[in-house]
Formats: sequence, C-alpha cells, structure tokens
Amino acid sequence: MQIEYFRLIDRIIALDLAARTIQVEAIVPAESTIFEGHFPGHPLMPGVLLQEAMNQASGWLIIGITKFTCMPFFAAVKEAKFRSFVTPGMALTVNATLEHEGSGYAVTRAEIRARAQDRNQDNQDKLICNAEITFRLVPFPSPHFRENMEKFAATISFPMELAANG
Amino acid sequence: MSATFETVANIISETCDIPRDKIKPESHAINDLGIDSLDFLDIAFAIDKTFGIKMPLEQWTQEVNEGRATTDQYFVLKNLSTRIDELVAAKKA
Repeated sequence: MQIEYFRLIDRIIALDLAARTIQVEAIVPAESTIFEGHFPGHPLMPGVLLQEAMNQASGWLIIGITKFTCMPFFAAVKEAKFRSFVTPGMALTVNATLEHEGSGYAVTRAEIRARAQDRNQDNQDKLICNAEITFRLVPFPSPHFRENMEKFAATISFPMELAANG
Repeated sequence: MSATFETVANIISETCDIPRDKIKPESHAINDLGIDSLDFLDIAFAIDKTFGIKMPLEQWTQEVNEGRATTDQYFVLKNLSTRIDELVAAKKA
C-alpha cells in the first residue's frame, strides 16, 4: 500500500474471469502519517481505507471482466462490517466476487482477511471486514484517463492482455 | 394488476422505504415517487436478480436522451412491468 497516494492494494494474486473472482495482496505500511492521527499512540488502519481497499480490488475485477471497456466508480456500499482491528505492517488478502453485472452498474461482494503468515498468530486467516459494493460503470472519461489506468494496472500484475482487447 | 407489477412495487417499497399503498401502476418512478438514479440502481439490481434478466438501462437512457423514447415508457410502473415481462419472455424464447 501507498496510503498517501490512495493506493490501497499492492498486487493481483489471481484474477479468474470465469469464476468472476479476484484475489489481491495488500500490505499495510509499518509507518504512515495517517497513524499519527488514527490514533495517537494506538495506530489503527482506518475502516474507510479498508473499505477503499475492497473497492479497488472490486474495481479491478470489474475492469478485467469488462475488458477495460469502462470505468467503475464507487456508488454504494451495504452491510459493511469491520470485525477486527488492522495494525501497521499486517499482510492482508482482499477477495472480491462479482455478484451481478447490470446495464451501467455492477455489484460485488468483497472481504479482507489477515493472511495466514501474518506475524500475529491470533489473526491467522481471520475475516477482517466484508461488504456488498455497487459501482456505476461509465465510459473512460478520456483516453488519457484510460492510459493512466493501464499504466497503473501494469504495476499491480493485472493481466495486460485483457487491456489489449478493450 | 399483474404479478410483475406487484413484485416491482414491493421491491420499490422495501428498497426506497416508500409506503406500498402509494405505489400505483400509473406512478412514475422518478416524477411521482421521487426515486433518484442511485436508488434506482438498487431497484434495478433487485429486479435483475428476481426476474433473472438484465434491464438495458443504458439503452433506455440513450433512447430518452436522443428523443426516441419518453421516460414514461420505462419509468411508469405499469410500462416498466411490461418491459420486464418482455425481457423475461425473450429470455425464455
């Protein structure tokens, strides 16, 4: 993660278009100015940023399934539950499944789990949070926007052959 | 009134917290019931799931924007119910 750049995910581990699922790795940084305020002396990853990590994983799943033909914009979240604290340095896995691809919108179910090899034994394979997320699907606002998204996709191990088909 | 309308009215009532008795076949989802585009996404999701269809919202919007259709054709609930019946029939065909 590069929280200050709103980069909440690090790498796509698996993108299965047939199963309509994605698995993404997200490592919480050991240090960030965000932890200075949230909270002083008791650093916790803010729930809104965990939500954003689920949004970003879901977004790349949708971009993969729609083959880079449209941009998903976060529109609604339902039943978000934040079940366990996330602290600096934790290794997370974000999973998302496409629940429905409608006309001009899509709905995913996403969750974050603390990875099994995480140093905190109590958090092994533990469900951290989950939500149902709705996105509006719109044409890329400009060719430049899409180019930037493609450049970013390459940095997170997105299967770029999908972009070529868009 | 049709079973489709009853299902749609129940979905709208539950999704948007609108009393069921205020939802009539002649109601316009936007003009009469005040449903905005974000709430309509929730309704569309519930309708798509319930009927196993994909309402072509983008096509409908384009038709309205280009003046080839009126919002009444798609958003007056009895008309919406007819569109849904057509989509279900087309899927079975």
